[in-house]
Amino acid sequence: MTEHVLELTGLTRRFAGLLAVDGVDMAVRTGTIHAVIGPNGAGKTTLFNLISGLISPSAGMIRLAGEEVAARSASQRAGLGLARTFQNIRVFGSMSVLENVLTGLHTRLHASLPAIVLRLGSARDEERRAVARAMTALDLVGLADRASVPAAALSYGDQRRLEIARAMAPEPRLLLLDEPAAGMNPAETEALAMLVQRLRGLGATILLVEHDMGFVMGIAEHVTVLNFGRRIFDGTPAAARAAPEVIEAYLGHKVAARLAAKHA
Amino acid sequence: MGDWFQPGWLDDFLFTYQNLVYSLGINGLLALSMYVVLAVGQLSIGQAAFMGLGAYSGALMSVQLHWPFWLVLPASCIAPVAFALAIGLPTIRLSGVYLAIATIGLGEVLRAIYLNADSLLGIDLFGGPMGLSGIPERAGVGTIYGTLAVAIAVLWLVGRSRIGRAMEAMREDEMAAQVMGVRLRRYKMGALLASAVLAGLAGSLGAHESAFIGPGEYGFQPAVTILSYALLGGIGTPLGPVLGAWVLTLLPEALRGIADARMVINGVIIVLVVLFLPQGILPMRLRRSAAPK
Repeated sequence: MTEHVLELTGLTRRFAGLLAVDGVDMAVRTGTIHAVIGPNGAGKTTLFNLISGLISPSAGMIRLAGEEVAARSASQRAGLGLARTFQNIRVFGSMSVLENVLTGLHTRLHASLPAIVLRLGSARDEERRAVARAMTALDLVGLADRASVPAAALSYGDQRRLEIARAMAPEPRLLLLDEPAAGMNPAETEALAMLVQRLRGLGATILLVEHDMGFVMGIAEHVTVLNFGRRIFDGTPAAARAAPEVIEAYLGHKVAARLAAKHA
Repeated sequence: MGDWFQPGWLDDFLFTYQNLVYSLGINGLLALSMYVVLAVGQLSIGQAAFMGLGAYSGALMSVQLHWPFWLVLPASCIAPVAFALAIGLPTIRLSGVYLAIATIGLGEVLRAIYLNADSLLGIDLFGGPMGLSGIPERAGVGTIYGTLAVAIAVLWLVGRSRIGRAMEAMREDEMAAQVMGVRLRRYKMGALLASAVLAGLAGSLGAHESAFIGPGEYGFQPAVTILSYALLGGIGTPLGPVLGAWVLTLLPEALRGIADARMVINGVIIVLVVLFLPQGILPMRLRRSAAPK
């Protein structure tokens, strides 16, 4: 087991002259909650899309559990133990809540076409175990009693929790949460924070992008701050809060200077 | 009738409605060949072309090579599958309408070849505009409906499995499905190949039922008709497209007086279904694994 489940080296993505992600180095320690923060347009979503393989880097390396994956497709990376949620929810609306989570287990199911068509016991056992596993995941996010409901019928907050259940069901090496608290009220955000910490307690490694500072500072053990595609800070949440370059990125350099003068 | 299996009581009935009964079975297979492609969220207009390849290659194996029908029928899938690979490999990695356009092109190119191979290439195999005749009538009700039943059963079982779930997921949201580990290209290619097999079987069965085939049977118009089967029936289950095929096959018979307006009626049905019944006339879904009670 490597110490870092994810290592990014000089990761760069250029969009028609714009450097959306510019030479980012970052390492996610196994078993931790790591947050990526930064103002709007800092390149956080691009970074997530690069890590999950939805877009390919212009330069740089992505190592997942020690293996170089920059040339691998998104589906191959899923097979290597990467899972993610989306900022703008992407549940499969026509499918039931349970079927959504079972689809999340796709990389864990191997029944062959002949075994399926001949209804072999092996295929049926595998499916039965998958259902049990999916129900465990739904139980964890508190959606077990809604398993048969079409996903489209869930409330916004429940759809977010379904996405988390779908992503964590295969027990990925690294779980990427893309703005999990977006659009949630304070009570829901608090419940989400507890859920994320519980997942970590179960041994998950979590990398999340988030705007809600309270949420990030409360649960993250490590913070990477991006601004204009570049990494401007890497360290503990407490250190991030005090770092002048972070304050400047968020509040502008005039406010940062005034704050610095006040503390001086 | 040289079918392997045909109970006697069917004979009287078949004597009257033979062609219609055969058409219902064959069109059901064609509807399924459309279904497997739509089920992964792709659009292909190549089903008639694949059908033509199955019909011509099957007919030639029977007429020229005198192969037995049990060998001809499965071998009729080879040419459609080969062309599906040739069309699919370059187009499936592209999203959007490339597959649809490429398959329309395939149909037209093949039709030109059947028509002109004799005069242009000096290959006297396809009979030009006269088509091929004297194909042994080996396909009967048992073979046609047996094939249809097996196809429905296989597609049903696959649709309920992890594979069917992945297919529905990519139909709903390719990006999310991909992130779950669904290999989009593999699924799209698999669906196109399955579609070629089904259409090839339908074409070969049709050729060995009617004894005659001509290039006009596999052009653009039949391709659109096959699409309308699946649109009308809906793709919730494999039964939807088959039901759609039956309705659209029986309708012109019921309205014999206006049979000339067949394409007009099909067109109106497609528009009405797309506007008012986007799930088709059989909107039920496949029952998959459910939550334990």
